[in-house]
Amino acid sequence: MSQTDKTNKFTIAVYVDNKFGVLTRVTSMFTRRGFNIDSLTVGETENPAYSRITLTMSGDGYARDQMLNQLRKLINVRKVQVLEPEKSVARELLLLKLANDPSVRQDVLMAVNVYRASIIDYSPDALSIEVTGAPSKIDAFIELMRPFGIIEMCRTGLVAINRGSSTIFKDGQ
Amino acid sequence: MKLKGSEIIVETLIEQGVDTIFGYPGGAVLDIYDALYMRSDRIRSVVTAHEQGAAHAADGYFRATGKVGVVIATSGPGATNLVTGIATAMLDSVPMICITGNVGTPLIGRDSFQEIDITGVTLPVTKHNYFANNIEELAADIREAFQIARSGRPGPVLIDVPKDIQTTLYEWEKQDPLPLIEQRKASDEEIKEAAKLISESKRPYFYVGGGSIGAGVEDMVQQAAEKVDGVIGCSLMGLSCVPTDNPRFLGMQGMHGHYASSKAQDMADLVIAVGIRFSDRATGNKKRYKQNFKIVQLDVDFAEINKNIPVECGIYGDVNDAFRRIMDLVPAAKHPDWMKAVDQLKKEEKEQQDALEEEAKTMTPKEVVGIINRFTDKDTVIATDVGQHQMWAAQYINFRKPRTWASSGGLGTMGYGLGAAIGCAIGSGHKTVLLTGDGSFGMNLNELATAVSQNADVTIVIFDNNTLGMVRQWQTLFYQKHYAGTTLNRKTDFVKLAEAFGLKGYRAVDKESFRRAFSAAYKTQGPALVDVMIDQNAFVLPMLPPGGSIDDIIVDIEEPEEADQ
Repeated sequence: MSQTDKTNKFTIAVYVDNKFGVLTRVTSMFTRRGFNIDSLTVGETENPAYSRITLTMSGDGYARDQMLNQLRKLINVRKVQVLEPEKSVARELLLLKLANDPSVRQDVLMAVNVYRASIIDYSPDALSIEVTGAPSKIDAFIELMRPFGIIEMCRTGLVAINRGSSTIFKDGQ
Repeated sequence: MKLKGSEIIVETLIEQGVDTIFGYPGGAVLDIYDALYMRSDRIRSVVTAHEQGAAHAADGYFRATGKVGVVIATSGPGATNLVTGIATAMLDSVPMICITGNVGTPLIGRDSFQEIDITGVTLPVTKHNYFANNIEELAADIREAFQIARSGRPGPVLIDVPKDIQTTLYEWEKQDPLPLIEQRKASDEEIKEAAKLISESKRPYFYVGGGSIGAGVEDMVQQAAEKVDGVIGCSLMGLSCVPTDNPRFLGMQGMHGHYASSKAQDMADLVIAVGIRFSDRATGNKKRYKQNFKIVQLDVDFAEINKNIPVECGIYGDVNDAFRRIMDLVPAAKHPDWMKAVDQLKKEEKEQQDALEEEAKTMTPKEVVGIINRFTDKDTVIATDVGQHQMWAAQYINFRKPRTWASSGGLGTMGYGLGAAIGCAIGSGHKTVLLTGDGSFGMNLNELATAVSQNADVTIVIFDNNTLGMVRQWQTLFYQKHYAGTTLNRKTDFVKLAEAFGLKGYRAVDKESFRRAFSAAYKTQGPALVDVMIDQNAFVLPMLPPGGSIDDIIVDIEEPEEADQ
């Protein structure tokens, strides 16, 4: 155990039964054990019988090990894996709505271009932008857009997968 | 054959080896009770006074027999009344199957009469639970529930069955119970590492918890202590694993543990923890708990390794297998200095005890337990409630074999005892002695009705001091004797109460009257009650103050002046 580890951000993939109430079981355990989650996403997998949860948390090595252990104890959790940043790819999606202000439109379009984002809705008084990427890129894009007056935004939270042939089935616990 | 859902439930219970269920009927389980009625030659239905009592009875049934207890309750309040019993089982790793009825599926989610989302309510206090809204999966869910409840670290599993599912016909065939999920075997490297630590130890201390009874290592632990010249201590849940009269056994350690056991653990250079989770009541201040010793921890649950206390060698999986393989590698050893040190601790403990006895003006709780010990035999099951009497039982009861101890450790459930004792007596077929307090007993004394209706062989001893003694003890020590909420001023006459419920009651005020009363009660075939008067200022000693460590051990407390309220 490494209780003295400094605080880090961890990404954990969790392969669970695709059944009624499983997400509640997982999140209820977080509440009960006092775990703090930064983001959580859930979706279907290649096999309709299972779903995959990707969660990020901050904490030391002890907190990470407790999280892994307590996840593994849940009956509907099949596999758990820590996704190391250098060995995995992670993406997030952002939808962001701005006022369609002619005085800044050129600057916005420039930023959209540079960030390889796209305009997905356009009306006389508002425009919506989609951008995907690592969380740091999303953060930077939001900061860039902030002066233009963000009306509304939502981000999906992280999804992540291992590089190479490594999978949660092969290398997860 | 085609059966109704309710029949599938009862037939599957019988198929899983269940011969007794505890419960309470109601609207949403009428069909299940009907199915039980039609099969009363094959399965016994015990109706309690309250669902909580039924849950505790199912819990006690397991602790005394090792067989999974089953409890049935109706929807809504019936189901929520189980929650304390389920949580008690969860915290003490007691396998239990809870079957609740619910309103029919068309009524679910509409706040219908007696509808409650009991799977949601019990999510954090069950090992797993099921909302069985599909007749095709009902039998499979129940079978899996038994497997989950019993495998690995045991725990309660709840199955919530809507009323219309109970009346739906579906194909059912008897099956063999699913095998227990196989536990991981430790690697040779792990075994060698643990064996090396034990071989190098000069002052070994074997520390057994509830998990040691589940793993069936009671004989091995005693042989191991003999082989390496070690001593044995236990947690509250580990009581009865090792017979009290084993000279190497020092008793329970921790907040109210034996002086010699707690001290010896602190002086040890290695603690071999078997089925131990290092609860805060056992360790005190976690930062100061482990100052001198290393730990080898064996547990069936991987999540317990390093959870509360960091260990040098943690092995999870099949504890029985690991322990046997480790001890096969460890050579026999003698540690005369360690034995001398332990003898000195035992001597100090005895001197403290003798001093307390001398100071006492009236009969001491230790003397009450001592008299009980003279009547009980090796099969007698001891049940307790929660509080001072529980600690006195833990300290002084003479245990002779495993599964003779039922006490709420983790959750500390006042009101647990009477229901549990009924479950113990019915399950084991042996006399069960319930040690309780007037506070705890007052919480669920309605189950006297069950004890009488079932003629449960339970001898109830109420340690009656007309106060909530354990809380009062803390108030004496840490709240300037402000006895807030603990001085009960009740006028309950437990002897008359017993008679009103239809059992014999006795009152005792001193050693001689207690001996006579207990003798008569114990000889009764069926329930009987003894109300024994205890000094309000009798304390549970020694005590490690909360957040303290062994260095802060309190071995004597000055008698408080008269309560100021």
